[in-house]
Amino acid sequence: MNVAPRLTGLVGDTASPALLELDHVSISYPTPDGILTAVEDVSFKIAAGERLVLLGPSGCGKSTLLRAVGGFLKPSAGELRMNGRRIGAPGPDRMTVFQEFDQLLPWRTVLGNVRYALERGKSMPRRDAEGIARRWLERVGLKNFVDAFPHTLSGGMKQRVAIARAFALEPALLLMDEPFAALDALTRRQMQDELLKLCEETGNTALFVTHGIDEAIRVGTRILALTPHPGRLAATFDVPPETRARGSSGFGELERRIQETVFSAPEVDHV
Amino acid sequence: MSDITAPKLVRVPTWRRALEGTPWRRFVILAGLALAWELYARWLDNALLLPTLGATLSALWSAVLSGELPNRALTSLRVLITGYALGVAVAAVLTTLAALSRWGNEALGLLTSMFNPLPAIALLPIALLWFGVGTPSLIFVIVHSVLWPVALACYGGFLAVPPTLRMAGRNLGLSGGRFVAEILVPAAFPQILSGLRIGWAFAWRTLIAAELVFGVSARSGGIGWFIYTSRAQLETASVFAGLLTVILIGLLVEGVIFRSLTRITVQRWGQVQT
Repeated sequence: MNVAPRLTGLVGDTASPALLELDHVSISYPTPDGILTAVEDVSFKIAAGERLVLLGPSGCGKSTLLRAVGGFLKPSAGELRMNGRRIGAPGPDRMTVFQEFDQLLPWRTVLGNVRYALERGKSMPRRDAEGIARRWLERVGLKNFVDAFPHTLSGGMKQRVAIARAFALEPALLLMDEPFAALDALTRRQMQDELLKLCEETGNTALFVTHGIDEAIRVGTRILALTPHPGRLAATFDVPPETRARGSSGFGELERRIQETVFSAPEVDHV
Repeated sequence: MSDITAPKLVRVPTWRRALEGTPWRRFVILAGLALAWELYARWLDNALLLPTLGATLSALWSAVLSGELPNRALTSLRVLITGYALGVAVAAVLTTLAALSRWGNEALGLLTSMFNPLPAIALLPIALLWFGVGTPSLIFVIVHSVLWPVALACYGGFLAVPPTLRMAGRNLGLSGGRFVAEILVPAAFPQILSGLRIGWAFAWRTLIAAELVFGVSARSGGIGWFIYTSRAQLETASVFAGLLTVILIGLLVEGVIFRSLTRITVQRWGQVQT
């Protein structure tokens, strides 16, 4: 697999090493009662190889931000740039793993889902796509289920397929929208560990959205905390590699610090 | 990641599966109805009003043997399939436009609310003026009877496609006709299938009704005409034989074509409960 992060199409005169750049982004949308501002004046950058986590309670606009990066929403002010270019329509260079299990095409098998994504997203001939799809499905532990239809799989297995599909397309930036939020606690924990392993092996740049502090520390290299109504950046935390291990003194310490800074009320623990 | 293994399944004995299935219950109901018909007709003893089941079946048999009924059925089916295919094709174009643009969306909404409640038979006078007596008029009213319910069902199905699935498709860079054909259509297939079913039933009804109206002047009519002429000659058993043919063809299409289509698509994909 690609270990080195790919940096293509960097615009020369910006001289910025940022893969993704958000420049004073605000997002608002009309509701029956008026215009709702979901995100206000958010700026940050992601460098290649980083795993940035947007952390915050529900209503802080973190998923909205991720959708905007994905190209599914347009900002009402500010600009989002990828490799110096303004983000337009959605594309396979920003593969998203969604929280909902219905992100898989129910009419295609597990293998068919990943293969189809490669055929369409990377214009790959069927045979090449099939080989890559098989390899990735094996990597996420699903080699016994390639011919199964998604509705026969458990939630955790569906998310594995979605993860395999996203990684298989080798996106410049991997977007994860609370991919484990709908899973049970044990499965979630296992998936976090396996995702971390895949990310470290591939060196993929990722933008991860979650409301769980422990998940943020576990998978991220840097954490941006947001406050709600409207969503604003509150604080940034770097996660040193040695802190990532569960039960380490650094883990608990960082968890406490984030808790104190971001959530005024004590949050219910998820795991 | 470590491999996940499949759970073990135990096979259910064949006789138990046969008992679980629906066919034998349907057969019992059907036999009951046939018995009731036969007994009531014998008790009534008036072949002009209600012939016995036996008389109806023998009329059906001789009409089949003489080749008249198969010919009539074939004539009807040919017109029906042409009209149905045309109606579905136009519905496909309209819903694709509706899925891709706001103008198309509004146009479809307006047209379906205008024309869906309009009975196809009410258009027959216009059809006769425009196309004269004959197949084109029949096809015109069939297209009308198929188009709106199918378009309505397709479009309703498109609207019900989960937003996540839409985003997953757009994430791959899909747009336009390819997005409709490869994401929206299969995702909305349960609704599309029920729309096709309703469209088929509407087309059948419209055709038989239109043939009855045309009956007098058309030289080579379909089943509707067969029913009409049999009534004119007071051959009530043949009228019932014609009706039975309509029912049998309907059952065949529903039981064989639509059921297999359901089994190999939406049931296999887990979009409907089996």
